[in-house]
Parts: sequence; structure tokens; C-alpha cells
Amino acid sequence: MTLSNGFVRKYGVIFGLAGIITFFAIESPNYFFTASNFILISKQSSINILLALGEMFVILTAGIDLSVGAIAGLVGAVAAGTIVATGNLFLGLAAGIGIGIAFGLINGVIVAFAKVPAFIATLATMSAITGITLIYTQGEPIWNLPSSFDFIGQGNLADIPFSIILMALAFVCAWIILDRTKYGRHVYAVGGNIKASRAAGIKISGVLVSVYAISGLLSAIGGIVLASRLGTAEPTAGSGYELDAIAAVVLGGTSLFGGEGWVVGTIIGGYIIAVLNNGMTIMNISSYYQEVVKGLVILLAVMLTSFGKKYWNE
Amino acid sequence: MKSIILVAVMLIGIAALSMAMTIGFCVSTLNNPYFVSFTNGAKAEAQLLGINLIVMNANNSNSTQLNQVEDLIQRKVDAIILNPTDSDALVPAVIAANKAGIPVITLDRSVNGGTVAMYIASDNVEYGKLEAQYAAKLLNGSGNVVLLTGIPGASATRDRTKGIMEVLSQYPNIKVVANQTAKFDMATAMSVMESILVAHPDINAVIAENDEMALGAIQAIKAAGRSGIIVIGGDGIPQGIQAVKNGTEAVDIAQQPYKMAALGVSAAFFVVNGINLSPTSLSMPLFPVTKDNVDQWIASGD
Repeated sequence: MTLSNGFVRKYGVIFGLAGIITFFAIESPNYFFTASNFILISKQSSINILLALGEMFVILTAGIDLSVGAIAGLVGAVAAGTIVATGNLFLGLAAGIGIGIAFGLINGVIVAFAKVPAFIATLATMSAITGITLIYTQGEPIWNLPSSFDFIGQGNLADIPFSIILMALAFVCAWIILDRTKYGRHVYAVGGNIKASRAAGIKISGVLVSVYAISGLLSAIGGIVLASRLGTAEPTAGSGYELDAIAAVVLGGTSLFGGEGWVVGTIIGGYIIAVLNNGMTIMNISSYYQEVVKGLVILLAVMLTSFGKKYWNE
Repeated sequence: MKSIILVAVMLIGIAALSMAMTIGFCVSTLNNPYFVSFTNGAKAEAQLLGINLIVMNANNSNSTQLNQVEDLIQRKVDAIILNPTDSDALVPAVIAANKAGIPVITLDRSVNGGTVAMYIASDNVEYGKLEAQYAAKLLNGSGNVVLLTGIPGASATRDRTKGIMEVLSQYPNIKVVANQTAKFDMATAMSVMESILVAHPDINAVIAENDEMALGAIQAIKAAGRSGIIVIGGDGIPQGIQAVKNGTEAVDIAQQPYKMAALGVSAAFFVVNGINLSPTSLSMPLFPVTKDNVDQWIASGD
């Protein structure tokens, strides 16, 4: 099957998360280490994890998608704008998701057929999409949204926040696709060894276009959750979100060179980021230091996993 | 073909004869309703005065803005109206404009160097002070306060925080239980406030250094099912004013970006026409909007 190699890499990231949680639990037993706070952390990580799952598909093929944040912002704006203009929730959601998939396909086609390196291609589309969002919104936020839209980011289903349910569904789907289908194997294969994949008859361009489309779809869902959480579609929503998405994927042990990665790892990576943000804010650590800590943790985590991999393989 | 060339020559001739003043308008960003209103005010005044206004958006990037000012200097515009992305980083741009003999007007934020013909801004220290004064009044001088600050390092953040702390320090029974940056951003403010609410079961007020963050805090409070927390914001963006009307935001220290920019354009017009202005700096008034006066504020049309 297509599991990542090295137990150290896998368990390393779980220990990392456990260690960080333990630290904050000791520092703030009454506030951090509670069930309601863990539900909050899950809610706070849901948007990033949605984006990170899409990003993972792309990174597995040795690509990268820098436009996930920009797509999330545009989709939030289009969905909100369509709902305000037509009064129809499903039309708005469909428009948003359609736009996300469309731009994902554009990314995929540029990478697969124009042979532009993914970094450059998605950097360019990120820029263009950010501009399109500003043009569409004219720099003004879209607000006064109906409560049916708010439900996505703010509502609960059986006492569980709906955004967590969406994240869980996306996780299960991503896991099934990547771990249990032929298509998933192809995704890993294209990233792991593109020559062998071609020789084996895998349609490389089909795989490439589809992973970017999946990334666009998940960015769209993330963007809708974001706008819904705030009850507002902001013109610059999603800006910079690609960094946290990529960080979650990398923290989870997925290799930036493609071919190896573990879906559960991406979830853990997303949780590490959310736990850090939540824990440090609860401890009222100065904002300046929070940035430093986050950077160091990510650096440490990546060094440990690559170190662990080296040690294990030797 | 010949007639096209003729028309083109005529148009060029007309343009040369009309000698419209050309002024560069460098705004720091357009992704905030405050700056959208700001730019609209400038455009309206420029149209009124027959000025050709070149609007450039720096997207909060110092280097982009430096390039934009240099471009305008190359184009030999009559004046440059600058809303600097940073008070220190844009000094070389102002000096370059000075050397080229192009007058510079700064709006909403200052530059710490070069010669500026006119500086119009709201006093951000006063902004912070007003926020804190209203907080203290509404809290009757005692309570737990959360502070949400803007982009670290920005002059607006520094000044507003300074004003807030100056006033709050006079109230020994007011405690700042949490002080975190939310980068002037609604989503960040919501996330940060959610975590703060977890750590502090007893919060009486939130002072946010702008409306976007105040609105994010309001969403967080709503999501957590908490109530009775006084939220104070500023800038007077439409969504913020609506929140004051709804009662979710207690005070909104409104600015007048539209009028500020219009004044800036007319100041530039006078300077280019050789009229030296005095004084060379103008402080725009701030309008604390509360439930009591919100209807009047909306009616005043800003």
C-alpha cells in the first residue's frame, strides 16, 4: 500500500503533538485542558485542515499550491455575493464551489500541460485571484448574510460544530481516496517516481490536473466556512493561509519531494498549529514571541522527521 | 487611416491645451472599507477640481509604494499625495520627490523625514485615548479588559496603544487581562478572542484598535455564548456603525476618511497653484459614535 516509510516519522509527529498539549496542560490546567477548549481548537483548525488536505494531494505529486488561500477568499466572496444577489443559499454555495474547482483546474492545466513549475504557476494564479477578489468586492466586505449561510461556520449538528463535521468528512474522504483507491496509488506514484509511473501507463496529466482541482475544491469549502464563521466575506480573506496549510502538511510528515505522506499526519500537523495558537493565547504570551515559537516548532518538527528518516534508513 | 491620425493629433492637442493638473495618489491599501472611502473622497474632489488623479495601491507593501512614488516622480506629476505604508520606510521617497521639486502631501499617517507641504491625519494617540476613556466610563472605573492591537510595528498601532495605556493606567481597578495582536483583521481577531474567552471567564470589556477587530471579537463572543462584554472599536466603517445600532458594539471612534482625502486633494491643488498653506498640519476630528448619536451619524452621510 501507499503508507509513508519510517515509523519514526509517523510516531514522531504524534509525540510532537502530545508533547505540546502536555506543556499547555501543565501551564493552564483549568482553561486549556478542557473538553470545550478541545472542541474550540478543532473548530479553529477546521479551515486550515480543509486547505491542508487539498494541499496534501498536490504536494504528494511533488507539486505545491500557493493559491489555496486566494481561492478560499474569492470563493467566500462569490458565495456571499451570490447569496446576497439572488437570495438563494444553494446557488451561492454552488457558485462558490464551482469557482474553486474551476481555478483548481486552471492551476492543474498550467502545471500539467504548459509545464510551468507548480511554484511559479500557483504564485501567478494566487496573485491574479487575489486581484479578482478585490475587483469583485470593490474592496468592500460583503455582510448581512442570511442565517442559513451562517450555519455552516457557526451552527451545530447534534452538539458538534458543523465546521468540525465538514473537516471530519473531508478527512475521511481524503483518507479513503489516497489510501484505498487506485487513483490514490497513482497520486503517490506520480510524486514518487514519475518515469516509472509513465512507464506503468498512468495518465500523468490526468493525475496532475485532478489533484489541483481537488485542492481548489477543498479551498472553496474552506473559504465558505471562513466567510460563514465571520458572517462576512472580506476582500482579503484567506491571505497568507497557504503558509499554514503547507506547514500542516509538512509537519504531518509529507515529503515536499512527493511520493510519501500520511493523511492522519496532515490532521495532526493542523492540530499542532491550532494548539500552539490557542495555547499561547491562553497563556497570554506576547504576539511577537508567538511568531518566533511557531517558526521554531515547525523547524524543529521538520528537522526531527528528516533526521529520524535518515537515522531509520541507515 | 488618415482620419484616425487626424483625430489622434487633435486629441493630443486638446489634452496639451487643457493643462489639467496631474496628481499622484498613493494609498497604502484598498482592502479595508476605511481606505475605500478614503480613495473615493479623493476621487470626488479631484473630479470637482478637474484634476487628473492617478490612484496607486501599494497593498501594504513598503517596497511597492516606494516604486510607485518613484514612477510618479518619473512621470513628473504636479504633486504627490501619500498615505504611507510605513512612517520610516517611505522617507527616501519623500526626499526624492523633494529633490525633483514635487510637493508632497501626507494623509492619515506621517513620514518621519523629508519636507511635506501638508499633513492631514486623525490623531491616533487621541483615538486610543478616546477608546479607553469610554471603556473606563462604561466600566465605572473597574473591570477586566482585553486589548486587541493592530499590525505590530505600524504607527497606528503604536499610537493607539500608547493612548489606550496612558488612560487605562489612571484606573488602578481596571486590569488588562489579555493583550494580543489581531493585525487589524477580522478573522484573526475572532480566533484570538475565542481563545482569550476560554482563559478568562470574567471579561468586562474588549478594546479593539479598529472596527474589523471589534467585529471579529463580537463574533467570538456570540459563538461562545457569552454576554455582557462591552466592545469598543474605531474607524466608523459601515459594518461597525451597524453594530453600534444593534447594540453589539458600544462605541465606535469614527474617522472621516472621505473628507480627509478630499481635503488632501484640495490642499494639493492649492500648493501646486503656488499658495503656501498654514498651518502645515491638520488634525481631523474623531467622532465617538454610540447608540445615543448613531442615527445622527448615519444621517450626516459619512
